[in-house]
Amino acid sequence: MNRRDSLKALVVGGLAATTLVEACKQPAKENAAETATGNQPDQSDRMAEEKAYAKKLAAEPKFFTDHEMATITVLGDIIIPKDDISGSASDAKVPDFIEFIVKDMPNHQTPMKGGLRWLDLQCLNRYNNSFIDCSHTQQMEMVDEIAWPKKAKPEMRQGMAFFSLMRNLTATGFYTSQIGVKDIGYMGNTPNQWNGVPDDVLKQYGLSYNEKELKECISFDKKA
Amino acid sequence: MQEYQVYGRTVILAASACESARLMLNSKSQRYPNGIGNSSGVVGKYLHDSTGADMGGILPQLFDRKRYNEDGVGGMHVYTPWWLDAKKDKLDFPRGYHIEYGGGFDMPLYGFNWGIEQLNGSYKVKGKQKEAGGYGASLKEDYRFFFGASIGMAGRGEGIAREDSYCEIDPDVVDKYGIPVLRFHTQWSDYEIKQAKHMKETFKEILTNMGAVITWGDDDGEHNNWGLHNPGNIIHEAGTVRMGSDPKRSALNKYSQSHDVKNLFCVDGGQFVSQADKNITWTILALSMRASEYIVDQMKKNNI
Ligand SMILES: Cc1cc2nc3c(=O)[nH]c(=O)nc-3n(C[C@H](O)[C@H](O)[C@H](O)COP(=O)(O)OP(=O)(O)OC[C@H]3O[C@@H](n4cnc5c(N)ncnc54)[C@H](O)[C@@H]3O)c2cc1C
Repeated sequence: MNRRDSLKALVVGGLAATTLVEACKQPAKENAAETATGNQPDQSDRMAEEKAYAKKLAAEPKFFTDHEMATITVLGDIIIPKDDISGSASDAKVPDFIEFIVKDMPNHQTPMKGGLRWLDLQCLNRYNNSFIDCSHTQQMEMVDEIAWPKKAKPEMRQGMAFFSLMRNLTATGFYTSQIGVKDIGYMGNTPNQWNGVPDDVLKQYGLSYNEKELKECISFDKKA
Repeated sequence: MQEYQVYGRTVILAASACESARLMLNSKSQRYPNGIGNSSGVVGKYLHDSTGADMGGILPQLFDRKRYNEDGVGGMHVYTPWWLDAKKDKLDFPRGYHIEYGGGFDMPLYGFNWGIEQLNGSYKVKGKQKEAGGYGASLKEDYRFFFGASIGMAGRGEGIAREDSYCEIDPDVVDKYGIPVLRFHTQWSDYEIKQAKHMKETFKEILTNMGAVITWGDDDGEHNNWGLHNPGNIIHEAGTVRMGSDPKRSALNKYSQSHDVKNLFCVDGGQFVSQADKNITWTILALSMRASEYIVDQMKKNNI
């Protein structure tokens, strides 16, 4: 993903479906993380075609080898570890999500497989071990070479591109899971009565509703 | 696969604009060599979509927001209707557009939080200047900090319905039922391209004045029609079975009734002569309600 595309994805991800889904060339694949668990009967409220598609992807042979999955798991938990607020990427089944998404969006396959290979080759040259068999210190040394785009050395650029993709996929997988939704504090998609922007928030920005707005737009109990 | 034949006193097409045109064009007979209800030859023509162009960014003053349920606020609580009708003589394009807004605390979907390295190195997070990119607990803090600060604008406007923008029966290709499919000939005129340019200039002015940093949609220009989406992309296709008072230049009368075949109606987007700058569905509903009342009335009078 180049800069423009990643920004686009970043912000399109943050746009109301009503406006931007129309403009999207590739419709967003919702709740992809759930699909990754594909073995249980699919209880989701989806069209038959979608269910059949999810089943078909789940039935495909694994894309990543066990070794690659283990690497993805270690990397994912470096990117999103457990902290005071929420669990880690692997707690949120991010590796399963990544296995799913590369089947759903095959354009990620080569960058992911190649990137994992690049990482192992680097580690073999440096430490005589594949990434997952390196010590924690070595792993972090390696990650620090590719995790900071503005500081990365020119010869690390391919690794940096891979790590950015890995970070993006990890973030999407994590924040579309239940753990991640709680962490980020998304409070929508629940029945509610819109009471306007909460008073303390309005105050924080030095704003308030005027009489006309209160009367015409918020007709029910403001304290409800 | 089983084939059925169904008879009815009236036939009401509501298969969506292109599909209704396809049904009519494929319904050829000795009596209707051009397709049923198509003595005017307009069926399939005047196909038009809404125009569309978009831009977006982030609002630094909204970093680290207090959380609340904001669903619906972006799409439904803010809307800019076309505001330059009175000054349209001064514009170099004839039709208007509206602006839809998005952003805020939206549900995380695919693509959520991509490209954090474009943000976390450029803005202080909780007072700290960090290095772009990264990982770990600090990265999780960044994701939380930036959530809800995005804003996007989408212009949706009126494209001109033109005779030379059309669909027709493809002479070579059939669908899985063996029924000929449509092929399309559509492109924008200068009017829509100039309208898109105006959209982009307006978005930029509004975003800049509200203190946003534009992060996408600002690098369009003549080379790409100012980011104007291709016809069909906004999915408001209409105009292919247009209504009008002149049977030589329209397929339907004002009650969505075929000029040629009195018990044939078409109540979808096909009947639009123009779809203004509004999104299309409510008008489809209104027109089909009017047609329904007319059908009941005409049936009672035994006219159809
Ligand atoms: C993703 C998307 C987002 C949109 N967003 C908006 C929006 O926000 N606001 C807005 O105003 N508009 C929006 N639109 C446009 C709007 O949805 C359509 O213009 C509108 O639904 C068209 O209504 P219709 O009755 O003409 O056709 P449709 O709603 O398409 O209905 C046609 C029906 O006919 C059936 N059919 C077709 N062929 C046959 C056949 N041979 N036999 C039997 N049945 C048949 C189809 O299965 C379908 O159920 C959007 C469209 C899309 C695709």
